[in-house]
Amino acid sequence: MVAPAALRVVRCGGSAPHGARAVFSAGARFLLCASGDFVKMYSVATEELVRLLRGHSDLVTDVQLAPHNHLQLYSSSLDGTIKLWDFTDGILIKTFTVGYKLLALYALPTSEDSMFVIIPKSGERGTFQLVSVKLTKAAGQDMEAKELSVVLERVDASPKCTAFGREGEYVASVKGINLQVYFFKRKQLNRFSLSATKRKGGNNVFTCVACHPQEDCIATGHADGKIRLWRNFDHKKEYTYSTLHWHHDKVTDLAFSVEGTSLLSGGVESVLVQWHSGSDCKRDFLPRLGSAIEYVSISSDGTFYCTSHADNRITIVNSNLRFSKTIQGLIKARDVKTGLVVDPRTKALVLNGEPGHLQFYCLQSDKQLYSLDIVQQEYIHQAGLNQSDLVKIAFSAQGKWLATVEEREETELELQLKLWFFDEETQSFKLNTRISMPHEDHITAMCFRDMDELEDESLMLVTAGRDCVFKVWVIVEDTDPEAQQSLSWSCDFVGSYHNYQATNCCFSEDGSLLAVSFEETVTVWDSSTWDLKCTFCHPPGKIRNICFGRLTCSKYLIGATDHGFLCCWNLLSCALEWSAHLNVIVLQPDPLSEHIAAVSWLLKESSLFVFKPNEPRPICIQRKFCKEKIQFAAFVPRDVPETIGSEKYLWLRRSQLFFLTDMQELLTVSTKSPEERLTLSSKQLAVEESLPVTPFSLLLGKHRHQQSQGDIGLGKVVRRHHEQDSPAVKELLHTPAHVLPSASFLCPIFINSLLISKEKKSAEQVPDEVEMESEEAEDDSDEENNVTEMKQEDTMPIESLGETTHKLSKSEEKELRKIRKTDYSWLSVF
Amino acid sequence: MASYKPVVIPAVPKLGEKITQDTLYWRGYKTPVQIKEFGAINKIDFSRVPPYNYAVTASSRIHIYGRYSQEPIKTFSRFKDAAYCATYRDDGKLLIAGSEEGSIRLFDISGRAPLRQFDGHTKAVHVVGFLSDKYRIFSGGDDYSSSLWDIPSASEIVSYSEHSDYVRCGCASKQNGDVFITGSYDHTVKIFDARTKSSVMTIEHGHPVESVLLFPSGGILVSAGGRYVKVWDVLKGGQLLVSLKNHHKTVTCLCLNSSGQRLLSGSLDRHVKIYSTTSYKVVHSFNYATSILSLALSPEDETIIVGMTNGVLNVKHRKPEESKEKSQKKRQPAYRTYVKGRNYMPKQEDFYVSKPGRCILRKYDKLLKGFQSSKALDAVLEPHIRLHTPEVTVAVMQELNRRGTLRSALAGRDEKQISLLLTFVTRRVIEPRFTPVLITVADIITDIYQPVVGQSALVDKQFLRLQEAIGREIDYQEELLEVLGMMDALFATLTEKRATYLEENQSNGLTKTLDQDMSI
Repeated sequence: MVAPAALRVVRCGGSAPHGARAVFSAGARFLLCASGDFVKMYSVATEELVRLLRGHSDLVTDVQLAPHNHLQLYSSSLDGTIKLWDFTDGILIKTFTVGYKLLALYALPTSEDSMFVIIPKSGERGTFQLVSVKLTKAAGQDMEAKELSVVLERVDASPKCTAFGREGEYVASVKGINLQVYFFKRKQLNRFSLSATKRKGGNNVFTCVACHPQEDCIATGHADGKIRLWRNFDHKKEYTYSTLHWHHDKVTDLAFSVEGTSLLSGGVESVLVQWHSGSDCKRDFLPRLGSAIEYVSISSDGTFYCTSHADNRITIVNSNLRFSKTIQGLIKARDVKTGLVVDPRTKALVLNGEPGHLQFYCLQSDKQLYSLDIVQQEYIHQAGLNQSDLVKIAFSAQGKWLATVEEREETELELQLKLWFFDEETQSFKLNTRISMPHEDHITAMCFRDMDELEDESLMLVTAGRDCVFKVWVIVEDTDPEAQQSLSWSCDFVGSYHNYQATNCCFSEDGSLLAVSFEETVTVWDSSTWDLKCTFCHPPGKIRNICFGRLTCSKYLIGATDHGFLCCWNLLSCALEWSAHLNVIVLQPDPLSEHIAAVSWLLKESSLFVFKPNEPRPICIQRKFCKEKIQFAAFVPRDVPETIGSEKYLWLRRSQLFFLTDMQELLTVSTKSPEERLTLSSKQLAVEESLPVTPFSLLLGKHRHQQSQGDIGLGKVVRRHHEQDSPAVKELLHTPAHVLPSASFLCPIFINSLLISKEKKSAEQVPDEVEMESEEAEDDSDEENNVTEMKQEDTMPIESLGETTHKLSKSEEKELRKIRKTDYSWLSVF
Repeated sequence: MASYKPVVIPAVPKLGEKITQDTLYWRGYKTPVQIKEFGAINKIDFSRVPPYNYAVTASSRIHIYGRYSQEPIKTFSRFKDAAYCATYRDDGKLLIAGSEEGSIRLFDISGRAPLRQFDGHTKAVHVVGFLSDKYRIFSGGDDYSSSLWDIPSASEIVSYSEHSDYVRCGCASKQNGDVFITGSYDHTVKIFDARTKSSVMTIEHGHPVESVLLFPSGGILVSAGGRYVKVWDVLKGGQLLVSLKNHHKTVTCLCLNSSGQRLLSGSLDRHVKIYSTTSYKVVHSFNYATSILSLALSPEDETIIVGMTNGVLNVKHRKPEESKEKSQKKRQPAYRTYVKGRNYMPKQEDFYVSKPGRCILRKYDKLLKGFQSSKALDAVLEPHIRLHTPEVTVAVMQELNRRGTLRSALAGRDEKQISLLLTFVTRRVIEPRFTPVLITVADIITDIYQPVVGQSALVDKQFLRLQEAIGREIDYQEELLEVLGMMDALFATLTEKRATYLEENQSNGLTKTLDQDMSI
């Protein structure tokens, strides 16, 4: 257990959930969608992630409900397998190995034992074919499904470009400017093609296809925003089509309603359009869905629509086009400029989200907490527009103030510095001050004076700009009682150094010193008098990053130059302490310890170095841990300090290090093996109810779980112990609710009953107060216990029984203590 | 889900002075009435009883004006030389005045000839006044003496010769019938009690005292002299409370408003400043054509009268209060509608049907929501928006530019609309807050309508005007840059000496602020 685990890089932030059309379960209770290597199941009512179906070893490309058993689900993946799942219980029933990369999967109610898949044609690159796969019904988990018969040649790889018609009579597929329809019964193949001419800017290329569920009608979407409805296509010549046109750009997906009375279409405009009875004039819109629609799907009873978006989001819409729910993961913005910032209040990762928005992304639950509209302008989805972009953000130490910089560059630069105040009442940020053109050129860095105990008066914001100055902003109180707000920000000091561009700024830990780098020079300023104290430089390189040391190393200033040197200056002696030859691109100090992480980029590979400023030798070196260039890094404080075995990785104990690569991938480093990580996450998923989880149900669930464990492992001793405390539980659960006293009154009795029964058992009872000490100590001792126990089990099997009982009860007790500490105020509400 | 976001109209900090309650109050006067007198007006005094006539002393005459009359209702002109300081008694029946020849005359308001004449001063008497017991008069003369006179007997009660220079101002306590105060050019203010033989208190003002004023409570004394107005606490033995230096020439007169909350001071620098008596900060200031010698405020602040060195009397009347009937006339909902269900308490089992608040969009926002950019631009070029809230027009132009549709919105307009657009641009392009946007607009307009230049005289004229306006602005900016350069040079020479001549620097800074004041 304490073996030195290697540091490994883990991708997090989830992959986009829009690998394929999302599928509603029967009754529209759950929504299933492919996401990376997994299939995710969300509750439609609560938008919670209910289950994660794990088993594929490559990207899941498509999911389909089993046509004859609505509790089962087929999924196809690039690893060449089709898997059959019981999704309500999360059990993998069968695996069919096809052997090719499966790009799309279709299931038909008419053909029970075969599925249709799109596979790449062997021998030819870039061509794909639609084949039917015979799925054997034989018992057994792993099957071979090698019986393939080709249905259509030269189809498009995208699952959107092939659709099956009414009762599986025909299949329609589009590619380029060609539409081919294959009738299964008559074995007839009709091909239609549109003229490729692009008159009036029209573009006839097909983008998607959908088939009417009851009539012989095919709807196709085109790259110029037209939708064509094809009829009479069983004749090669006498086919007809009508055109619907609203989208101004590519139609990305089409879907017919269950009865086929209306057609849904989506495009990059992020507007969901509902066309009624195939006419051009009757249509409804659901505008402003946030970002481009990728997939549209409809639940089998027609009550919900669901749109998957390009920004890692699923929107659930009522059938009357009312916005209902949204499932939002980490938005991968095209270009993250703000860097990774940790919100001190929620510990969420904050970065660019939707255009003009800031997303607060919770790392623990892989969910977006909320999205803050910074730019506050109507976003126009149109190619070639210069949009306002969020470039810098900074939080004050307590998260009370947020500063944002947005810029829009057309012929001239438009800059805005906004300061947001956290409103406790509404629990959100409110715009306090807007400063237009704070600098005459781009702002390169921004930081707050980071002092916890300070009041508003001494709060300070520093911005450094390419216009060769840095500016200090302070809060001023408006004395005029008529004014709507009494606090606002204004410029207090403007500093410059020899007309060099200011590139970085950073406050020391106690806020007394400000370091601003001007190209090759680092200047250190006294933050109370704004006197220039001293300057450092390491020619010929320009300064790329600077940061102050913390805690015991607060007398050091670290700087990285673009000539590949990492320098550490001593602020007391004003001399270079040490320097190292390292091409550092990211320098990130840990807010909770002295450690500083530096990421270097050498030979197209990133390496991680963790060091303390007081010694030039790094504590931890992880060479070539990532092939992508790291753009930003952030230390996120952990809620509970982790137990790290190896001394080498002690720096990971209190904070976790996250990276963002230039491919917008979010990475972290961890010492745990993947199994451990997964079990951890599965523990979180242990409560598999689609209903909201209350602390009580958690408690009861744990209790039952332990009970069953005890039954298996320990026999009568433990059982008796449970019988003792069961009356309290029984009393609580079986008495009619209207005769019970208030829950807040019952709660302590109930919990105490659990505790007292335990006290009788263990002779060596540790007093409460001692047990309340730091959690890490507990963890350590726990660990030791564990190890010794294991040894004991080896030698003396008889004694181990009692020992384990004790162990179990101890952990149980700890659990209960924790529960007791939790807030039960919610109970009094009822 | 996000709804339509209206165009954000950037709030630009208001330039110039801030609008406070005080500015609103003191701006509520009509345009002044100017009355020409024969010489410099040295005193204006309001009668304390309705109809609040006022006496104006100028040259050798005393004119009595009615509050709204522009011609004097009465004139006292029995002076051989200049008359000074005509002052009403509290009951408004008697008037006293000093004169250049040294005699003090007491007039009955209804009569013409003086009732009494008090002789005793050997030189001009610049200050006279009634004590608050109504039967005695105090006076101060250029013979350095201040005296107390009895009205019934027309005789001198006591004479104090404590000042060492001209006595030019004074006032009596409202609380105590025996106390009066005189200020002199010997830089002192002296408080006299008629019951004692000498002054009770001497306050050193530091400059020749031009005016003194005692608060109605009698506790606080204000003296003006030189550029300073100083406030003293009499009850603490003449301790200086605050010294105000807001004028840059000699302060000549002081006055309290009717509530006693504001202090007014008039000065030779042509300004009247109004101070709050709690914070002693300037809350408002008036600007006049020439140097101010005297100042008076009628009861209830209905009229403010300023007398100037060139003999012009400036009378400002307060605007009548705007009746608030207009807002009341707005139709109320029917009685039934707002009584029904007003006291309804929701029960436990009731369902709340929440009605989403309707967000009301402005016309241009509605049009922008529908992507009708040309019409949106038309909407913000309506006269009431274009003239009163140009920032809205400019914000919509910027939004159109952001959407990339500004060019098409500006294109395809007829002669009248182009000239309207150009007028707007010409007028606003030099305002710094609008400049970046309007330069783009002007660029696009010239781009689009270049081919049709010369077809319409109206449009051509507007183009020329635009060119002219921009040319003027460029010249102006250049000039400003030159000034900046000069100032930089000055400051550069100053900073070199900073270490050694810190004191000097500070005084330089002072003169600099002074210069700025002057230029304002």
